[in-house]
Amino acid sequence: MEKQSSVPLTVEDLWVEYQIERGVVKAVRGVSLSLVKGESLALIGESGCGKTTLGVALIRLLVQAARITRGEITYWRDNKGIDVLSLKERELRRFRWRECAMVFQSALNAFNPVLRIWDQILDTSKAHGGMSTSQVRERAMQLLEYVQLDPKRVIDAYPHELSGGMRQRVLLAMSLLLDPQVLILDEPTTALDILTQRTIIDLLRRLKEEIGFAMLFISHDLATAAELADRVATMYAGSIVELGPVDDIFYRPAHPYTLGLIRAVPTVTGEFEALVSIPGAPPDLVDPPPGCKFHPRCPYVTEQCRVEEPQLKTHYSETHSVACFNVQRVQQDTLDLQERYAKYAGGKAS
Amino acid sequence: MNAGSGEYLIEARNLVRMFGARRERVTAVDDVSFGIRQGEVVCLVGESGCGKTTTGKMITGLLKPTSGQVFYAGKSVWTPRGDKGEDFKTYRLGVQIIHQDPYASLNPSHTIYKILSTPLLHHKFVANTYEALDRVIELLNIVGLSPVEDFLYKYPHQLSGGQRQRVSVARALTVNPRVIVADEAVSMVDVSIRVGLLNMMADLKRNLGVTYLFITHDLAVAKFFAWEGRIAVMYVGSIVEFASTPQLINDPLHPYSKALLAAVPEADPELTRSKKRVELRSQDIPSLLALPSGCRFHPRCPYFEPGLCDVKRPELLPVGENRYVACHIAAREAGAPT
Repeated sequence: MEKQSSVPLTVEDLWVEYQIERGVVKAVRGVSLSLVKGESLALIGESGCGKTTLGVALIRLLVQAARITRGEITYWRDNKGIDVLSLKERELRRFRWRECAMVFQSALNAFNPVLRIWDQILDTSKAHGGMSTSQVRERAMQLLEYVQLDPKRVIDAYPHELSGGMRQRVLLAMSLLLDPQVLILDEPTTALDILTQRTIIDLLRRLKEEIGFAMLFISHDLATAAELADRVATMYAGSIVELGPVDDIFYRPAHPYTLGLIRAVPTVTGEFEALVSIPGAPPDLVDPPPGCKFHPRCPYVTEQCRVEEPQLKTHYSETHSVACFNVQRVQQDTLDLQERYAKYAGGKAS
Repeated sequence: MNAGSGEYLIEARNLVRMFGARRERVTAVDDVSFGIRQGEVVCLVGESGCGKTTTGKMITGLLKPTSGQVFYAGKSVWTPRGDKGEDFKTYRLGVQIIHQDPYASLNPSHTIYKILSTPLLHHKFVANTYEALDRVIELLNIVGLSPVEDFLYKYPHQLSGGQRQRVSVARALTVNPRVIVADEAVSMVDVSIRVGLLNMMADLKRNLGVTYLFITHDLAVAKFFAWEGRIAVMYVGSIVEFASTPQLINDPLHPYSKALLAAVPEADPELTRSKKRVELRSQDIPSLLALPSGCRFHPRCPYFEPGLCDVKRPELLPVGENRYVACHIAAREAGAPT
């Protein structure tokens, strides 16, 4: 197995199911993607679309009731592929955090409330890495400083003594402790105030540019994706329905669901714009509709959509793919967005 | 003393609310005044802990102000001694609140019918259960939960977050309120559903003449919902700027409003990445237990003038028509009388 070293993680046709009383929840259905070094991929979608499950599955931290039923996750280091799904518990522990770190959604719940920050950092490094205590201390101080915290004040503090933004920064510093190649962030800025959110976004951008790892961030917030993503994947009912460069996704979306999301989110700057909501609600993943999972809510629906599920196919360019039978019609409705983009591009040229 | 301005349906005048005792005593809301005209939307925006929810609760009568007054339809809600005023019941029915969390604010063991019919029967808006059913059906249609037979006998857990929030709105409407205080009413609802909910709430304003105090931390939602209304920006317990929505969004005067608008990410990559930032001098939000002297924003403010801003607390002063700002520098530049 050989692959360019710039792609540290690839996922092939991944399926994840949960067993619940009512039946089987198909939370992730046939997802394929690859993470590229120095690039951030945003996974956007609404609650219950499977985005967090997918993120957690990548480091095999799924709850007991969940099962990976099909697919491959390959982690690449020094041109050698490691099959993540066949890792034993000990190797897995090394893989998590040292190779692939995850920052969870709620920055308060991610800490043990009765341990000082330093003890949590030390625990993390003991569990996953092989540094001496003094090395860990030194590295931790550097990293806390790097995330713009006062290391002396923070390192001996308890989690409750820190604000939400500070805790989020401590978590980021901790995730960098063992120098992973891949960083997975679950809703990194949700529940933070605007000004705090801004400092975290700027910090994440700096991390990506200066350290150059592959970043996967999971978000329901289109604005965060617009800020931070190089590529965007839209997820609906467990599948990726559109994947492409950030400008393609925002200015010429080809999937009706992506377009629907964009039309439903107001921007702050500028004049008033009317917004359109997507009718209906996301499907029940125990008993999803036949055909395209979005068809009951889709304004472009045809007979074909009701019986056949469209597969992700490239569109426009090699890098933009979409799972929809009616791409042409969707695109006709994005002319205003394309115009807006042309204006920006024009502004840049002059 | 006991008469409000005739201009407003609901008015806050010099509202102060403290919490805790002795050394732990904090002033969560500090001298907040504003009024909302019949049929108008006023948005309170600000970061967590700025006192916007406390203000909303005082407007609704769920919290008694430590000092200051709330006027409803021109009458003071609380007597000078702090008792409930003579028209307290009319006021409490006339001002309803919608809470943030649709999962916590509906009784899980009651059906939707029961949730909606209870206040109708209790407050005698209907004479009997037959009339109650008719009115419940009507309300469900108003909030867009149709066909109604799909919802009447369901329990809250069988509904999605967006549907539950519609039930909360319907419940607020049972008592024919004139004012609805919506406290982060759409923040827990998914993006694709949110606009539908906002549009439905805007229809209530158009069709039933409902007046809104809309509390949110989300500037984009504030702009969308209150475009024809006004926005008040709160910082550490006080209003720092109050202006019509288009003015505030496109031409903010207070440095804090400017910083917020510059910092907010936009769902438009080119726009959001080309935004000019406002550099603050500090990232720390002051603790309510140790408030800065003078202007509360001065330790972070890029306009800071030593000897002025750290000494004298700016008042919310009129600058131009229907526009107020609490900043020495911004007021001076706008030519306000000092």
